[in-house]
Amino acid sequence: MRKATTIRLIVIFGAVAALEIACRAGWIRRFTMIPPSEMAESVVRLFGNPEVLSDMRQTLTAIAISLGGALVVGFLTGAFLYAVPRARRIADPLLATYYSVPVFVFYPLLIVLFGLNAIPKTVIGFLYAIVAMIINTLNGLDRVPDVYWKTAKAYQLGRWNRAVHLILPCAGPYLFTGAKLAVMYSFIGVIGSEFILSSGGLGYRISFAYNNFQSDMMYGLILFVLLVVIVINMGLYAWERVLMERRGGR
Amino acid sequence: MDALVTVRGVTRVFAAKGAVGEVHALGPIDLSLSSGEFFAVVGPSGCGKSTLLEIIAGLSEPTVGEVFFDGNRVGGFVPRGIGIIFQDDASFPWLTVRENIAFGLKRRGVDTPTVRRKVEDALKLTGLQQFGDAYPAQLSGGMRQRVCIARTLVLEPRLILLDEPFGALDQQTRLLMGDELLRLWRETGATILLITHALDEAAMLSDRVGVMSARPGTFLEVVTTRWPRDRDSTIATKPEFGEITSHLWALLRAQSIKSIRETATP
Repeated sequence: MRKATTIRLIVIFGAVAALEIACRAGWIRRFTMIPPSEMAESVVRLFGNPEVLSDMRQTLTAIAISLGGALVVGFLTGAFLYAVPRARRIADPLLATYYSVPVFVFYPLLIVLFGLNAIPKTVIGFLYAIVAMIINTLNGLDRVPDVYWKTAKAYQLGRWNRAVHLILPCAGPYLFTGAKLAVMYSFIGVIGSEFILSSGGLGYRISFAYNNFQSDMMYGLILFVLLVVIVINMGLYAWERVLMERRGGR
Repeated sequence: MDALVTVRGVTRVFAAKGAVGEVHALGPIDLSLSSGEFFAVVGPSGCGKSTLLEIIAGLSEPTVGEVFFDGNRVGGFVPRGIGIIFQDDASFPWLTVRENIAFGLKRRGVDTPTVRRKVEDALKLTGLQQFGDAYPAQLSGGMRQRVCIARTLVLEPRLILLDEPFGALDQQTRLLMGDELLRLWRETGATILLITHALDEAAMLSDRVGVMSARPGTFLEVVTTRWPRDRDSTIATKPEFGEITSHLWALLRAQSIKSIRETATP
């Protein structure tokens, strides 16, 4: 194991152990926080609760739809803006300032438009994620060296072969970064929306547990969300590292 | 010998763009390359050497004039039978050396056993046998350029166009790569057009050297070297080599000064 990994694990386990001791010793009141070991037990219990399982399904479905939509539409929009410089000149200021707009403010409007169901939170997740994908698609395509475009002509590649075998692999690392950001943003968008007005989903369940003093349930749900996000991100990070090592960081 | 490439009255004028007026970059150029010939083009910076290569390759169109490859007019696309090697590293970092070399063959739908055989032959020919499974990032600049050469050679081009392929390499590596290029030229029997700014490289490698004027580039003189086909970098020690290089420089000196003055003028 590498030294950095060892130190990282020591820091994480040290912090968790310190929290456990602080909770057990009563330095942190039980009403404020339960010990991490009980949070872990609570996570296991969540899987026996049909209501929570339904919430998990709702949230993960909304995230999957918003993420899938953001990846596909974001990539296609990025490719379109790259191909049409005039459209890009119009869109550039909007893209640059997009994340300064708190998309959540549109949530009531989306509820008016779509009703109190899964659509508004899915749309919010999509809106949060899509621009990260557009910007990174543009970054990736901008960085395809001229020599690759000429190489494509030298090998008589048609549009499809050029895109699939040359341009996409070349822009791959940037598309990957866009996808990683889109994952995070869609989680934030969907779960954040569920906190506000939704009638189901993990965000709603955490909020409900908080308002009803169900600390076990609340911390179990928070830990579950954290674990899901960490596992997805670590998987993506490991995959990205393998790809980048092959390229020698190029 | 039959002419594999014929260039007739090729001129390239770039249209005015913003504050920059119309630029007459090249021509008129007339040139004929025989089958199996090694022809180098030297000239001052900005004289249109690379533009000429791109027009012959079919990567760009001449404003006036025509190019024929193997009797067919070139235009709009790169014809089969022409291979191009660029100065910039064009190896694909996401593919291994073997996959890089197989790239063009696979895109042309060549069957897998043939691809495998040709790739192994190309690895041997370019001295990359030990590096078939390596990624370009694990190789030196010279070896990456060899990967690009191998990727071009497997398609068995009859005309190989090289645009300053060793420009980014150090002098010793360039000499050795020159030797390799001569060996590949003999073994494949292809016609080579080499664009270079290095007079010694042009004098050492070529049967004929076309010396271009400052912009708009035209041929001032085509110098015949009379080297035997079976040659290598040791000819650089011969007195004739010095004579050829001196003659090339005598032709180019005034043009290079003109080119630098024009570049410096606002």
